[in-house]
Amino acid sequence: MTGVASPPELRRLLAAMPVPADLPLPPPAAVLAAVEEAGLVGRGGGGFPTARKLAAVAGGRRRSVLVANGAEGEPLSQKDALLLTVAPGLVLDGIALAAHAVGATVAYLCLHRGSPALPAVRAALAARSGGVEVRLRETPDRYVASEESALVRLLSGGRALPTSRPPLPAERGVRRAPTLVLNVETLAGIALAVRGGAEAYRTVGDPAEPGTLLVTVAGAVPAPGVVELPTGTPVGFALEAAGATRESVGAVLTGGYGGAWLGRDAAWWAPLTYAGLRSVGGVLGPGLLAVLPPGGSACGLAETARIARYLAGESAGQCGPCVFGLPAIAGALEAVVQAGPDAAEAAAAVRRWTASVAGRGACRHPDGAARLVDSALRAFVDDVAGHVHGRPCGSLLRVLPVPEPSTEDRS
Amino acid sequence: MSGKRTAGGVRIGIDRVACRGHGLCAGLLPEAVTLDDWGYPVLSRTHLPAELRRPARRAAAACPTLALRLSTSEVPE
Repeated sequence: MTGVASPPELRRLLAAMPVPADLPLPPPAAVLAAVEEAGLVGRGGGGFPTARKLAAVAGGRRRSVLVANGAEGEPLSQKDALLLTVAPGLVLDGIALAAHAVGATVAYLCLHRGSPALPAVRAALAARSGGVEVRLRETPDRYVASEESALVRLLSGGRALPTSRPPLPAERGVRRAPTLVLNVETLAGIALAVRGGAEAYRTVGDPAEPGTLLVTVAGAVPAPGVVELPTGTPVGFALEAAGATRESVGAVLTGGYGGAWLGRDAAWWAPLTYAGLRSVGGVLGPGLLAVLPPGGSACGLAETARIARYLAGESAGQCGPCVFGLPAIAGALEAVVQAGPDAAEAAAAVRRWTASVAGRGACRHPDGAARLVDSALRAFVDDVAGHVHGRPCGSLLRVLPVPEPSTEDRS
Repeated sequence: MSGKRTAGGVRIGIDRVACRGHGLCAGLLPEAVTLDDWGYPVLSRTHLPAELRRPARRAAAACPTLALRLSTSEVPE
């Protein structure tokens, strides 16, 4: 893992200030108020206001459960592992504060199996002497395993597969208890907002989605890694922090493999907020940007076809539209890339099926895969035209890594 | 569209994990359900008026995996 140097004065989450274990906890109402006033927005990919998630579980009569999600299912994402390595004390303080605020007596800290952050997290846990019980859990290294309901099911003694909603985890979560699931970066943000004050928290970043943001920059850049920037910073600045220049970027995959492609010009000035990226057809997701080089040295459609095939294999296998739709979409996109006589028909099938599968799974896995493929047809429209007219892409350069299918029991 | 609660309206939803694509719902409730290329249901609407309550109930009861779920609804007019 490479850490990209953020300017030190911008670092909040990655400031690596030692956080003393077992700091005193303010009253629950004060924690809730600070998070509300700070305007903290979740950093796991959903972009939901954190205060509302807390409020949905706080104040109930039943004992609740907190799940700290550091499982990082997106293959290219490194930001949670870096945060947990550099500032595990900050995350644990956020866990203590959030658990206290919602009346949780147990918290699960979830990392994927073999996470590079495990040693730092274990050391930080050993330094604690009281407070909420924090149980470290390693989750299967699988795309859908880090989804909220999949974690709840795993922690309830089942397999790490998404479940149908309702009920929401806040209503009936881990072993039927009301459950609050928050990303570890969100929890670190809670610690910053409560300990430093909501006003100070709001002094950086976009007014509607304040604070700083961890962004993983991957793909064809000289120095891939994680950078911390104020929310609202243009995408191009994050790419420059990883050594890219405007000329070295052809297209940007925003939001990860369940995200969306943007052409270089659409992406460059887009602000790094949920709303900002959405407004240009991109996705912030868990703060992921992957760069494709310009000028025909790589094929965005071929990259997308490989990712689509990977995502099809990562389906939990529970919902028909995902089980059948994702392999069909991947196969049709492969046919487009091969530029055979059936390429035009295949392109039409891709469009029909991506529109069909969205919103028809228990989780958002099919939605993300469909969005990725649909965005590729738009961002690489010239390549689509070339392929349907029988011109395959000359390049075999592979830019974005796709994990090998695992043979171990991934439940 | 008003949020007025209409007596007898019903909302339909599908438990996607439970659904096995038998397709009976599309036959019994074609006003709201069609099937995709693999035989899995696509809902063209989720809020049904009172006059479709009976076929909706029949479709829900006929589903071999009980994946078609009904709940009371505020029907948009």
